[in-house]
Amino acid sequence: MMLSDRRPILLANARIIDPSRDLDIVGDVLIADGVVREAKRGIGAAGVPEGTEVIECRGKLVAPGLVDMRAFVGEPGAASRETLASASQAAAAGGVTTIICQPDTSPVIDDPATVDFVLRRARDNAIVHVHPMAAITKRLEGGEMTEIGLLKAAGAVAFTDGVKSVTNAQVMRRALTYARDFDALIVHHTEDPALVADGVMNEGEFAARLGLLGVPSAAETIMLERDLRLVGLTGGRYHAASVTCTESLEVLRRAKEAGLEVTASASINHLTLNENDIGPYRTFLKLVPPLRAEADRKVLVDAVASGLVDVVMSDHNPQDVETKRLPFAEAAAGAIGLETMLVAGLRLVHSGEIGLMALLRALSTRPAELLDLPGGTLKSGAPADLIVVDMDVPWIVDPNELKSKCRNTPYDEARMQGRVVRTIVAGRTIYEIV
Amino acid sequence: MTTGQKSSFVLSRRHLLGIEGLSRDEISGLLDLAEEFVELNRQIEKKRASLRGRTQINLFFEVSTRTQSSFELAGKRLGADVMNMSASSSSMRKGETLMDTAITLNAMHPDIIVVRHHASGAVELLARKVDCSVINAGDGAHEHPTQALLDALTIRRNKGRIDGLTVAICGDILHSRVARSNIILLNCMGARVRVVGPSTLLPPGIERMGVEVARDMRAGLADADIVMMLRLQRERMNGSYVPSTSEYFHYFGLDERKLAYARPDALVMHPGPMNRGVEIDSIVADGAQSLIREQVEMGVAVRMAVLEALSRNLPNA
Repeated sequence: MMLSDRRPILLANARIIDPSRDLDIVGDVLIADGVVREAKRGIGAAGVPEGTEVIECRGKLVAPGLVDMRAFVGEPGAASRETLASASQAAAAGGVTTIICQPDTSPVIDDPATVDFVLRRARDNAIVHVHPMAAITKRLEGGEMTEIGLLKAAGAVAFTDGVKSVTNAQVMRRALTYARDFDALIVHHTEDPALVADGVMNEGEFAARLGLLGVPSAAETIMLERDLRLVGLTGGRYHAASVTCTESLEVLRRAKEAGLEVTASASINHLTLNENDIGPYRTFLKLVPPLRAEADRKVLVDAVASGLVDVVMSDHNPQDVETKRLPFAEAAAGAIGLETMLVAGLRLVHSGEIGLMALLRALSTRPAELLDLPGGTLKSGAPADLIVVDMDVPWIVDPNELKSKCRNTPYDEARMQGRVVRTIVAGRTIYEIV
Repeated sequence: MTTGQKSSFVLSRRHLLGIEGLSRDEISGLLDLAEEFVELNRQIEKKRASLRGRTQINLFFEVSTRTQSSFELAGKRLGADVMNMSASSSSMRKGETLMDTAITLNAMHPDIIVVRHHASGAVELLARKVDCSVINAGDGAHEHPTQALLDALTIRRNKGRIDGLTVAICGDILHSRVARSNIILLNCMGARVRVVGPSTLLPPGIERMGVEVARDMRAGLADADIVMMLRLQRERMNGSYVPSTSEYFHYFGLDERKLAYARPDALVMHPGPMNRGVEIDSIVADGAQSLIREQVEMGVAVRMAVLEALSRNLPNA
């Protein structure tokens, strides 16, 4: 990998997709001083400043860098699983130029000092942008509200209790109400823990066959439905952290039609895999919420295509071999995803399930808008965070070659078509395949 | 079958991890071989030498009297050296993981490991880490293949066939590996299978496993040739899945009145250990239609057949 200097760069003759402007053209992108100067047809080598590095991108795609709205990074407290440095290397290789890290760390990101710690560690060690979410409740206990105002001022881009749900409706109501005064976004994992109980995979035939206790999709929908009533009551800004099933999408659609400030994410795993992929107890496919039926997956992809689901995120969750090499019910949940999110998404594009514009919008433009970040666009003056993608190159995922500190990829040995060949952050090439 | 005639059946696979994946011929082959051992076990000289020199480890992470002693006896009668390890004495208590235990035992060069574990899929996970044969003696709520085989042998000896029979499996289907293995085996052998129980103990989606579902004993036992009762675990009795043992017995406990819903020549089975007065009444359990004691006898024969048929496929056999 070669790090380029701060010379201006011209990405020439690329297919440019900028979802923030519905732009899909063949043209050139000029980058200088860390920002996008122009992205349009026919800038050409003649119209660029002296000393500009011209990179031929014929046949390749140039798009805004991805903004991954949900990634677990092990700092502070679990650096053996993932550091900001290793996560950012994985992100760069996957075309992710902004990571939104989660607060379910040790200690929990629930005070301004910890936000500051993460931001300083990221500044010194990460090669992509990193912004933390902070907790909704102190120690993620679902009781006392955190200092939402001060945390936001310190740099927390949104508030979530990670993979825990705030079960107390009064606490959730107050958090939504209070957050509204600061225009803070509440991001909530919606699973009723009593209904999840000891369940470890989607309820239904496959759980019955494997002898595993199931999680009904109603566990998710019930919590989501409650939340949306509370949003109606409070007028807060709310984002469902990970919707997975048909019923949840119906509830979400109604709330959006009613004009509530409600948005939602889907994980790349739930868009590209289903419960059958668990096969003979493959623990790398043990996820929270669990992988659902194929019918749910299809509807979820359609919802991303239509914009009903706003954001696609990786739900990156590195787990040690020792916590995964256990019987299914006892194994830790989660899968790494920063590096494979885009290429897994391209599977859906190649199979005709979703358009490239819609996919890239959900991966970059929409999360940046929701979190009020400057990325996700190639407009003039925007930060030069962008990616160059070879849409067609075939390759096979080798877990040992992934940059994350953990190997728990659900795409182990999967055949992929398309790969990020260059990632640029703030005008600097931070990743490149020659 | 005459005693002198010998089946040469070989189970051409390394492990027996479940009934799933076994063919009808393989199941029949195992049952035919087991018939020979039924005869052998009734003789004074019960010993064979076919597993002489072989080491069999019984690795039980979950307490079991009947299955463990059955496997132990089966191995010894075939001449194997049998070692028993149970959770209470093993280093699992000291926090050693399943995988480390597997690697440690594997280094001792066993030929066959018999495993019971409380988690579904655990036996398959262990089998991937060892070089010997592995027999699943029950994994979580997943499978218990030798139980299904011994049930099949018991049924076949008493009814002369399995094909075309109606079998009602009653009780806690949700948590039962016995139910799953039996459903797969009986379907494979052409029986009509029905599961009966309160809806809280029936896994959603069970009907897609090729069974009829009944929520009361009258409908569930109608025309049944075989009534197979399952054990209700104590922790599930009081308010969590069913309100009380007395309500459970009232609606689902097998007594003479409910048994009368089945065919007059219906036979009663139970994998044991029984909760008398909870899922089954003593009069039925010990009555003329009960096969429960015979099941235990068939257990040893079936496990001998499995050990023998797998060992014939071992290297240097």
